[in-house]
Amino acid sequence: MYRYDEFDQQLIDERVAEFRDQVRRRLSGELTEDEFKLLRLLNGVYLQLHAYMLRIAIPYGTLSSEQLRMLAHVARRYDKNYGHFTTRQNIQFNWIKLEEIPDTIADLAGAHLHAMQTSGNSIRNITTDHWAGVAPDEIEDPRIWAEILRQWSTLHPEFTFLPRKFKIAITAAKHDRAAVKIHDIGLRLYRNGAGEVGFEVMVGGGLGRTPFVGKTIRPFLPKRDFLSYLEAILRVYNQFGRRDNIYKARIKILVHEIGAESFAKEVEAEWQSIKDGALALDPAVVEEIKSRFRYPVYESLVDEPAELKAALKAEPRFKAWFNNSVSRHKRPGYAIVTLSLKPAGAPPGDCTAEQMDAIADLADRYSGSEIRVGHDQNLVLPHVRQRDLAALWRALDAIGLATPNVGLVSDIIACPGLDYCALANARSIPVAQELTKRFRDLGLAADLGYLHINISGCINACGHHHVGDIGILGVEKNGEEYYQLSLGGRADEHAELGALLGPAMPYAEVADSVEDVVAAYLELRERPAELFAETVKRIGLEPFKERVYAAR
Amino acid sequence: MRLVKGGRVVEDRFVRVLDEAPVPDGVPVIVPAARLLADAAELVRREAPTGVLWPNDRRIAELAPHLDRLALVALVFPHFKDGRAYSQARQLRERYCFGGELRATGHVLRDQFLFMQRAGFDCFEVKKDADAEAFIEATRRFSVFYQPTADGRTVALRARLARAIAPRRERAPAR
Repeated sequence: MYRYDEFDQQLIDERVAEFRDQVRRRLSGELTEDEFKLLRLLNGVYLQLHAYMLRIAIPYGTLSSEQLRMLAHVARRYDKNYGHFTTRQNIQFNWIKLEEIPDTIADLAGAHLHAMQTSGNSIRNITTDHWAGVAPDEIEDPRIWAEILRQWSTLHPEFTFLPRKFKIAITAAKHDRAAVKIHDIGLRLYRNGAGEVGFEVMVGGGLGRTPFVGKTIRPFLPKRDFLSYLEAILRVYNQFGRRDNIYKARIKILVHEIGAESFAKEVEAEWQSIKDGALALDPAVVEEIKSRFRYPVYESLVDEPAELKAALKAEPRFKAWFNNSVSRHKRPGYAIVTLSLKPAGAPPGDCTAEQMDAIADLADRYSGSEIRVGHDQNLVLPHVRQRDLAALWRALDAIGLATPNVGLVSDIIACPGLDYCALANARSIPVAQELTKRFRDLGLAADLGYLHINISGCINACGHHHVGDIGILGVEKNGEEYYQLSLGGRADEHAELGALLGPAMPYAEVADSVEDVVAAYLELRERPAELFAETVKRIGLEPFKERVYAAR
Repeated sequence: MRLVKGGRVVEDRFVRVLDEAPVPDGVPVIVPAARLLADAAELVRREAPTGVLWPNDRRIAELAPHLDRLALVALVFPHFKDGRAYSQARQLRERYCFGGELRATGHVLRDQFLFMQRAGFDCFEVKKDADAEAFIEATRRFSVFYQPTADGRTVALRARLARAIAPRRERAPAR
């Protein structure tokens, strides 16, 4: 946990006062809707189909139990008793009243939470590995660097009116759980041949209507140069990114049009002029930020304690959950527990106020009062003693948060779609709900293994359909909802964009077609451990195409 | 439109010279970029101050050789969501150490004043009268800043280090 100091608190308090004044000026007519739109977007306020939506940042996916209780309070007091966790470590409330937003964000500020730059053409919430600080395969805690970026990017005087939104993600582990290669800037913290720790810098990744995997423009960046180099990238983008066409305004298009090499050269020239200036990072500054992160005091424990062994033997349902939802922790005797927000038939990523309160209580009891939010729209309890796992499971099971489908076929990522979103062409949630019902057989899901279905309700790709094993994209055809399937995408260190399977299909055929694709994979995979994306790579789309289209 | 400088509404002493129009003698003028580049030698001989209106899609490096002789650079915000001139302003102040007047023109609104000031602007052609009157209030809204720029404001990163010698204060969540 990062704890605000007086500067951080003062800044968000002042931001609340500013936004309160902006809302007042809008309501009094001093600001036009066009002028207000950009101001409200800079504070995460969208006007959706039915109401205003407020998106709150959960920087680098870390929440204290106090903060989660605050989110429950917001759900209860200002919304319809639930919130929706997104794919970028944010939470959205869909039924907010504009007049109440100043009070809402004032309440949030009291718990060190804010909605700054969760929308608009600004640097968005910095995301990272939801296992940061506890993953065994990590080199150091990337959240320190994410917090440095949070501060640097907050109300940046130069980069608040960029050509388009700007997303940055950091990973510090061997296995990329933060999808850094599909971000405007992806950062990978690693140790080079000389033994120094620094960053690989990738730019120009992103999904949307023109998807790209990011390209490395600097293989190794020393920590000292972290901020100055990013400032140089943003300065080049701010000046030369396209502003004539909203669909070509992301940095990926600039990088694609002038080439990664020329882009890197522009950045280099800019960087040379600022690298030894005020942004050069003094180790004392980094230490100061680091010292504000609090870690639980770990007990010295052993792996696989007797309590755990006994419970695994006695309770088959606990065992199934353990095998699916519990992961190795870097400390012996501890575990990382994922809480599936994807029970059969429910909208992915939704969480009620009661569940939030209950999870906060469980975090206090079992996880050092800490909760994480992952880009797969699930929650994580990061510091659970293995001997407490069975008790925790019983408590989670009682509130519907122990579905053992993490990473499996029914662990679907979906955007809000046409049920809420003003941009959507088609619904996403009902597609996800139907699929979670079709694949509710956990035996089948376990047999299928790691397999992600990602659903977006429009080309903007908030549901990351390009990087799902099976991607589903909603489109509109003659006023009706149609869906395109793509196969073989992935967002990890082997990031790859899925390939379009064939013509779009009506809503009624989507679930059947996905079942056909899954059946084909079961039949055609070389061995059970061959991942879906690997099978697609090996045999191509044709065998899947036949199954899906021959029958229809 | 109101001109704000030093936090106050002031008279504009500069005269705008349109593309091909003759440059009047003895009065401060703002000429278009193309005119400056074409007639640089001639403009230098003027006795009154010369300024330039520099578009937001031209590199500042092109303007750099002329900065010594310019009293003013006016940068353009065609719409307030077009933020290119923020980068140009910072380059002028921080890279080329331009010490003359740096004027924000175009769609200049209250909620941008502070960003503009931090980027190096010290003079503002403000679109709405009410905004011009609220200038001081708008630029004093924040007392904490994270990014070092050339505006002289203390940045949190440094303030923290300064505090290291004093006892540390923690902020507990209110709830």
